[in-house]
Amino acid sequence: MLTIKRYVRAQSLDEAYALCQKRANVVLGGMLWLKTQNRTVDTAIDLCGLGLDTIEETPDAYRIGAMVSLRALEQHAGLGALTQGALAESVRHIVGVQFRNLATVGGSLYGRFGFSDVLTLFLALDARVELHHGGTVPLAEYAARPYERDILTHVVLPKLPGRVAYASQRNSATDFPVLACAVALRPDGVRCAVGARPMKAQLYPGDPALLAGGVTPETADAFAAAVAQQAAFGSNLRAGADYRRGLCRVLVRRALLACKEG
Amino acid sequence: MEIQLKLNGRPLRAAVEPGTLLLDFVRAHGCASVKRGCETSNCGLCTVLLDGKPVLSCSVLAARADGCEVQTLEGLQAEAEAFVAFIADQGAEQCGFCNPGYVMNTIALLRENPDPTDDEIRAYLAGNLCRCSGYEGQLRGIRAFLDARGPAKEGHHG
Repeated sequence: MLTIKRYVRAQSLDEAYALCQKRANVVLGGMLWLKTQNRTVDTAIDLCGLGLDTIEETPDAYRIGAMVSLRALEQHAGLGALTQGALAESVRHIVGVQFRNLATVGGSLYGRFGFSDVLTLFLALDARVELHHGGTVPLAEYAARPYERDILTHVVLPKLPGRVAYASQRNSATDFPVLACAVALRPDGVRCAVGARPMKAQLYPGDPALLAGGVTPETADAFAAAVAQQAAFGSNLRAGADYRRGLCRVLVRRALLACKEG
Repeated sequence: MEIQLKLNGRPLRAAVEPGTLLLDFVRAHGCASVKRGCETSNCGLCTVLLDGKPVLSCSVLAARADGCEVQTLEGLQAEAEAFVAFIADQGAEQCGFCNPGYVMNTIALLRENPDPTDDEIRAYLAGNLCRCSGYEGQLRGIRAFLDARGPAKEGHHG
């Protein structure tokens, strides 16, 4: 059971940051994961009054506030065009519309959850996160860090040329993914992220030389096999490591071919 | 702490504990249509509209709703009346426990997309669980309502 002793709607990021330094205090995102935990929170710090719920477009990027909901991401026309629908595809399985109206991009990325579809896709998209004190950090670096008592304020998606595709497998609709794969095929190479391994998502280089001659069913399969060999997998109630490895080869191949066909 | 919000159009000022959930708050203020189901943000039984958007009230602090407008089925009877008989005609209610959440999310769906395809209905209502029906009855009921009402816009059947 979650117990909250005090609620503060922060008036500034500095106030939120100062409160956040105490271990018993927690910054609220959508509160969906937090609510399932058995813990006592001294002060729940709410960022909802700080204007972090907007998506700004600049000439070379989208800057997304940490409190933007997954539903807002899903419905944003510019992000839909940038990702050729991969962003909507990555979140559409997450429980339901009511859930996605609450879940935030900041909570999803700060949490660095193993099951995170959002982390998987955003790694492939070369995202950067902005931390209130820590500055701007590549998401791949942030994802590998231990949890810090800093506040993730924004995530930046650069407008890069190329194609993006997302593929996941679930045992039943709206469940956590058994495996999630995101591929971005850029003029200068490919970025491939694999999540729900069930460990948190990570980028894998595969063997880029295999795609030097272009993406075909054969080269896509060879590249996917290389990724499946490089990636570490584990077992849990949803699937075993060997099954995930086999699935990884299939999903990466499909995502690559979807990029090619798009 | 004290919060002020609008509940079904009525301004309300009330004292809440910091950890009070919106679900408990609205039920304490007469909105018994909002059901406590899974409490793990999965079933949709506790759906309310928060500033017009459907959310799971089991996962929202009442304190976070301070300054917002909250709507429950008690305040949306007329809007629901338009289609609930079509769902009942399909026998989709059965035990009826999931129904208020279903109706609330259907209201949100039809506000956002007045003429949804069957796939769009399925996708929008995916977060509402029903252990009786298998979902086909609800889908048939909403489809029957939309067909009887006529298209709200052109070319949108799935």
